[in-house]
Amino acid sequence: MKHLRPINQKASKIEATVSRPDHDVRAMQGGSPGPHIPLGCSFVFSPGWEVDSTGGTAGLCQPVERDLFDCYITCFWPAHVPDHYNYAPDWTAKCAAAQQDWRNIDLIFP
Amino acid sequence: MTLLTRGEMHEFTAANQRFVYLVPSAAVFRLDPVSEAVLDTLGDRILTPDQLADGLADRFGLENVHATIGELHAVRAVSEAGAWPDDQLMQMPPADMPLTTMVMNVTSKCNLACTYCYEYGDDRITDSACGDQPDFMSEETARQSVDFMFRESGENKVAHLNFFGGETLLNFKVLQSSVAYARERAAALGKEVQFGLTTNATLLKPHIIEWLAENRIGVTVSIDGPQDAQDEFRVFKNGRGSYDVVVPKIKALLQKHPTRPIGARVTLTQQNLSVRKIFQHLTDDLGFWEVGFAPVTTSTFRDYAIEDEGFDSMLEQFQQLAYEWLEHTVDNRHHAFSNVRDTIEELHRGVSKAFPCGAGLGLVGVGTGGDVALCHRFAGSDDHAIGSITGGMDRVQQRAFLEQHHIDNKPECHTCFARPLCSGGCYHEAHTRYGSTTAANLHYCTWIRRWTDTCLRIYGEVAERNPQYLAQFEN
Repeated sequence: MKHLRPINQKASKIEATVSRPDHDVRAMQGGSPGPHIPLGCSFVFSPGWEVDSTGGTAGLCQPVERDLFDCYITCFWPAHVPDHYNYAPDWTAKCAAAQQDWRNIDLIFP
Repeated sequence: MTLLTRGEMHEFTAANQRFVYLVPSAAVFRLDPVSEAVLDTLGDRILTPDQLADGLADRFGLENVHATIGELHAVRAVSEAGAWPDDQLMQMPPADMPLTTMVMNVTSKCNLACTYCYEYGDDRITDSACGDQPDFMSEETARQSVDFMFRESGENKVAHLNFFGGETLLNFKVLQSSVAYARERAAALGKEVQFGLTTNATLLKPHIIEWLAENRIGVTVSIDGPQDAQDEFRVFKNGRGSYDVVVPKIKALLQKHPTRPIGARVTLTQQNLSVRKIFQHLTDDLGFWEVGFAPVTTSTFRDYAIEDEGFDSMLEQFQQLAYEWLEHTVDNRHHAFSNVRDTIEELHRGVSKAFPCGAGLGLVGVGTGGDVALCHRFAGSDDHAIGSITGGMDRVQQRAFLEQHHIDNKPECHTCFARPLCSGGCYHEAHTRYGSTTAANLHYCTWIRRWTDTCLRIYGEVAERNPQYLAQFEN
């Protein structure tokens, strides 16, 4: 950094971090050791809803089909699921367990 | 379009340079003329990078200004307006945090009757006189406490064992056996143990001083200053002042115990606020290596509770001593004012605390009966126990305590620039003032902010004028 001079140890650490050439955003499958914290819906601690730490889907903590519920109940994803508050409150009525019954989910045409 | 606003910071000037103390990272950066101009132009406004750069391009060059904005953004001195801070989740220490310091209350008894004492005074937490805790810790309990300390110290190579009371020297027998046992266990475990002891100095005798020196035990003497100050509150049970008794003993201690620095710890009260006079007496007349001051912990309505003007006077004198300390430090000379030195160390490390102190985290207090509490001030209190020496730390209770007391749960602190250092202040103070350890100590917020600002200025001066001094605080 040219314009800010780090004075204390914390500032030096920050400088070292931000000056590192590879300080770009790291994706989930960055390969770094440590706990796997998913991006995206990480607020709700629903782990691994996109891909696992290797970039695949084999290591997900729950069936991918259940992502649907995680997205529409706990997450704001209006473009991809029907509006279950106003227009289609029953659209998943036939789908008690997503991993078995996902084929029964109704198609909704707005 | 990106909109920029100032990040959370406290600006200060030292040695004719401008600095920023960034919150919550606690990083200190020195500004150059371009970054100064960028921050001044931004002020309290919200601007796009282009708007921000436009007015400054003539003076510094467009590219230069954008590069500066980039740097300020990278360290979060400027941030996107309305952006979520990305540290939203409470960051907790590891669940098996090792113990660094154990404070062992070897007795709850004292031969003095200081009116303001938190062990016996009107604001006491535990019933030291009639409660179910024994008056003196037994040798067996002390041994078990030492075992507990090493067990809970995990991978730490060094354990700190501090003796506290009551008056520690009333239980000299247990002090001796504990030190011997701790050394033996440390040797067997391949660890190191360091000792500290707090005393009112009334019971110091030549053989005790010799023992303290031989065992390299750091000694803190509770003393309030010259005769009039000392005898105001630090009295024997018959009301007689203790000054005449302690002074010759302190002189002997300072003379014959050269192996560790001896510190004085002063309790300031509304009646005793002559900080400079006390400091001068304790250093020049008595010869203490370090002197630390702390305002008395008390409910607001006690007659010794410090009033607002008292806090102003205390701050002013602290500031004078701090600048005196600075001039000594710039010349590599020792100065005994430990309050400022401790804060400078924390500032240099860039400490940003989620908890005000190590209580219940890396530090615990063990009561005379073997209960493990948050710290020595809570030792013996069932409501603040987090384990026992035989059962170990209660990790569930510890976790619950830490979650409850995390800075994230003190909303009053969230806009304060001093929170990386203060983090809401002493649990015991909060308990005494507000009836709850979870409360932030709002009664001294202004004081803490002004003192933090002073320490930042002093820190900036040292960083510019004698940066080598700060190397001692680096790992």
